Amino acid sequence: MTIRLNGDPFDLAKPVSVSVLLEQLAIDARRVAVERNQLVVKKAAYDSTVVTDGDEIEIVNFVGGG
Amino acid sequence: METSQSSDPFVIAGRTFASRLIVGTGKYPSHAVMAQAHAASGADMVTVAVRRVNLNDRSGQSLLDYIDRDRMFLLPNTAACYTADEAVRTARLAREAGMSNWVKLEVIGDEKTLFPDSIALLEATTILVKEGFVVLPYTIDDPVLCRKLEDAGAAAVMPLAAPIGSGLGIQNANNIAIIKEFARVPVIVDAGVGTASDAAIAMELGADGVLMNTAIAGAGDPVAMAHAMRLAVQAGRLAYRAGRIEKKRYATASSPLTGVVGR
Repeated sequence: MTIRLNGDPFDLAKPVSVSVLLEQLAIDARRVAVERNQLVVKKAAYDSTVVTDGDEIEIVNFVGGG
Repeated sequence: METSQSSDPFVIAGRTFASRLIVGTGKYPSHAVMAQAHAASGADMVTVAVRRVNLNDRSGQSLLDYIDRDRMFLLPNTAACYTADEAVRTARLAREAGMSNWVKLEVIGDEKTLFPDSIALLEATTILVKEGFVVLPYTIDDPVLCRKLEDAGAAAVMPLAAPIGSGLGIQNANNIAIIKEFARVPVIVDAGVGTASDAAIAMELGADGVLMNTAIAGAGDPVAMAHAMRLAVQAGRLAYRAGRIEKKRYATASSPLTGVVGR
C-alpha cells in the first residue's frame, strides 16, 4: 500500500498506527505534529489512529523563522 | 537601566512578558550564534516556523535544542501560507507540536513584497479565534484593518514597518501612531526594522513591542545587534512614557538670558 508522506509517495507493508509510523521513521513523537488527511492527529490518538492506503500524512516540526 | 516591569508591564492575552522585544529564530549563521543573540536581546518570546520534517536527514539537531525553553515563550508563525486554509491548518499543527494556542498569523498575498492578503488574514483570524487561539496577526499598517482584526478577536495587532527583511525602517510613522491611538490591544511593530534607531522610533510612536528577525540575524555581529536592539526598545519605551517636547521651528535658549558677562 502507498501513502503520501510529506508530499511524496511512501510505501507501507500494511496499515500501521501513527505511533508505529513515527517509530519506523525514527522520529521523536514529542517534537512533531501529525496531520492525517488535512486533520490534526492529537498525540493522545497516535496509537489508535491507523494510517491506511491512500492516506495523506504530514509530519511537521519547528524550524527557524521570523 | 531596565524599564520597571511592575510599573510598565507588557501583557498580551493576560500573559506578562519581561521584554518588549520579540525575536526570530531564522537566518542566523549558526544555532550557537542564535542562542547568544537571544541571550543578548533580553527577549522572552521567540518566533518559530512550522515545516515538514526532513525525512532524509534525521541526524541534525533540533532548533529547539538551542532555545532556552525556561526563559523563552515559543510563538509559532504561519509564514509562507498563501491562503486562510493553509494558515489555519498550520496553526492547528503548531498548537499540537508546541502545546500552546498562540500563533503569529501570516497570510501572504504577494511573493515579491510578502505583503499580507488582508482579506484572507481577517478570515483566518476569525476562524482561529473561534477555535480558541491567541491570534497575533501580521498585518499591513492600516488602522482600519487593525481595528477589524481586533474586532475579530485578535489578541494584538502587528503592523509592518516595511516589507519583511527589507531593513527599510518605519515607512509610515503616522499610520503606526494612529493604529496605536485606535487600538485596545497591544500594537507590535513586526517586520522591516533595519537598525536600532528604527526600533526606538517604533517604541517612541507608542508601539507596545517590536518583533524582528533579519535585522539581528543578518547583522555583521548578530549578538552585538541583539544587544543594541534591546537597548533601543528600552530607550524608545522610556522616551515615549517620559513625554517628548513639542517640536518648534525656532530656538528656545537653554541658558539664562540675564547676567551675561559684559552686557
